Amino acid sequence: MADTDAQLAPPTARKNLLQTLEIDMRMLGMLAAFIILCVGFNMVTGGRFLTPRNIFNLSIQTVSVAIMATGMVFIIVTRHIDLSVGAVLATCSAVMAMVQTSILPDMLGLGLGHPLIPWITIIVGMLVGTLIGAFHGFMIGYLMIPAFIVTLGGLLVWRNVAWYLTDGKTIGPLDTGFSKFGGINGTLGETGSWIVAAIAVVATLYGIWASRRNKIKHEMDVKPVWAEAVLAAVASGAIIGFVAIVNAYEIPTRRLQRMFERRGEVMPEGYTEAYGIPFSVLLLVAIVIIMTIIAKRTRFGRYIFAAGGNPDAAELSGINTRWLTVKIFGLMGLLCAISAVVASARLTNHSNDIGTLDELRVIAAAVIGGTALSGGFGTIYGAILGALVMQSLQSGMAMVGVDAPMQNIVVGSVLVLAVLIDTIYRKRAGAT
Amino acid sequence: MSTPLVDMRDICISFGGVHAVDHVSVDLQPGEVVGLLGHNGAGKSTLIKILSGAYAADSGEIYINGEKAEINNPRDARAYNIETIYQTLALADNLDAASNLFLGRELVTPLGFVDDDAMEAETRKIMARLNPNFRKFNVPVSALSGGQRQSVAIARAVYFNAKILIMDEPTAALGPHETQMVSELIKELKSQGLGIFLISHDVHDVMELCDRASVMKNGKLVGTVDIDDVTDDDLLSMIILGKRPGEAAEG
Ligand SMILES: Nc1ncnc2c1ncn2[C@@H]1O[C@H](COP(=O)(O)OP(=O)(O)O)[C@@H](O)[C@H]1O
Ligand SMILES: [Mg+2]
Repeated sequence: MADTDAQLAPPTARKNLLQTLEIDMRMLGMLAAFIILCVGFNMVTGGRFLTPRNIFNLSIQTVSVAIMATGMVFIIVTRHIDLSVGAVLATCSAVMAMVQTSILPDMLGLGLGHPLIPWITIIVGMLVGTLIGAFHGFMIGYLMIPAFIVTLGGLLVWRNVAWYLTDGKTIGPLDTGFSKFGGINGTLGETGSWIVAAIAVVATLYGIWASRRNKIKHEMDVKPVWAEAVLAAVASGAIIGFVAIVNAYEIPTRRLQRMFERRGEVMPEGYTEAYGIPFSVLLLVAIVIIMTIIAKRTRFGRYIFAAGGNPDAAELSGINTRWLTVKIFGLMGLLCAISAVVASARLTNHSNDIGTLDELRVIAAAVIGGTALSGGFGTIYGAILGALVMQSLQSGMAMVGVDAPMQNIVVGSVLVLAVLIDTIYRKRAGAT
Repeated sequence: MSTPLVDMRDICISFGGVHAVDHVSVDLQPGEVVGLLGHNGAGKSTLIKILSGAYAADSGEIYINGEKAEINNPRDARAYNIETIYQTLALADNLDAASNLFLGRELVTPLGFVDDDAMEAETRKIMARLNPNFRKFNVPVSALSGGQRQSVAIARAVYFNAKILIMDEPTAALGPHETQMVSELIKELKSQGLGIFLISHDVHDVMELCDRASVMKNGKLVGTVDIDDVTDDDLLSMIILGKRPGEAAEG
């Protein structure tokens, strides 16, 4: 299974603190790096980095890459690569922009602003993305063309299919309902966010308790109760902290006034309202949960890791590894489409260069998040953390005033360095 | 003789000009153990991989219970109740013992999710029988010793009620005690009526466990003999010289 890395540490007679907590060391290292990064930028920018506004923005900027990174984990675990995700995102975005701005309202006569437009658009987009991905998977699995080549070709093809679809023009503004998936235009509000936080905390506590009960049932070693309590406290604290932060980010007064005017009301004096959790972040959370369940609790996920660990063994065990490849790449295409929804909704238009260089960010997120390029190991939560590290690095440097070329140089170097550290770590742990 | 459980006729396969298996015929009766002998590279593993669906033969036919069988992939072989312990063990190193044992045939909950608890419980049961010292149920098999890995591979072949069992050097990584346990297991399975192909290069093992032995050399079948009719030395000379005992005496 995916999360066994931590158990590979050589057994020692006396457990140290971290072993008692059973924390994945690599995960902890990444978390530490992430925190140091954020605190560092915060100091350099004189406290501007860790403001509610910036954290809110950081989270909505990360969503699109993070969604695709969860799919990239499966692809890299099976020893493949997908260089086309940014281009597939662009094609999906172009198709969806056309569907919602002209095909549905004009050609099918739904009219602008029809409540079904966002949903039909999204379904069409997901279909297109899945088909493109599955087609890549077919060429890789059945025609035996290396994934590197298929998706390198795909990068050029789909980027330019998107161009032809739109004549290279920016399409916008997008449907207002659709734009709610982008972040700032669609948030849960203060009360809703607290309700979500409460549900999440309860679910987390239940999860920790259920896993402990399950381990006891199977006569496996369990952590001391205090260690479980520490983990529960940290997890709940993180959830509550995040919601408190996005609830502290208040909608600017002028924007609020406009919202009231649109409803034909007058804003009361001194009225304030916070954004709360963006829908796009909730979408990401849902995808992370689903992808984690796929990885750990379904045959599909089991076969992905088996095929990554030993392709021959998977084949000899009767797993149809070719069809598996089609499914994995189809899923990647689906996730590209969902990312396209978030990315274009955030900008409220489809622009020609949407998703450019996303393939590199997505691969970097998965790899920094501990997915082994040699196959067989990788976690969904690691990829999310990887995406967060990448985005904070980029945003932080922009805030500090590092120019764009230097930003790319730093991001590139960090990627190589992260893989180097990971390689050394794996050697020490004897994992590969 | 009754209808053979397995009858492989005139099997050929070559890899880029190398005739790995060259017009070889072997057969197997229920409750019989047939040894496959030969030097490294003789073509033993390749021959049985055709039966287990890992390779497709260039020519030749396979009959199971007298009926022509189409075995195009490992799934087909499993459908004929053929189970295989591969020489390479064919384990996914990153998965634990239970996941490997049930790979491709996972137990699932009513909702269709893999039931790791049930699979681990079953794995504990069969391991208690095959290798009572086995404790490492919750680590990837890469963390296991050679013998432990081998017992996982054996458990996988035995668990699913095979009728035809292929064992490609099953004791290669085992110590004397564990080897003895595998010998007992083979005898037990034989008494249950399974047909077993046992690949080995240990002539003594073959003499002890097998009813017949087929010897291969350079992809060709040297011959098939009844164990009761031959001595250790006869088998050795078949392996080394590539001649049947009768031929050797005459020549
Ligand atoms: N997949 C393959 N590709 C190319 N050559 C192979 C392949 N499998 C086996 N061979 C060749 O076939 C011959 C027989 O090998 P093998 O069946 O493994 O022998 P044995 O199991 O008797 O030691 C060897 O010469 C080997 O190199
Ligand atoms: Mg062999």
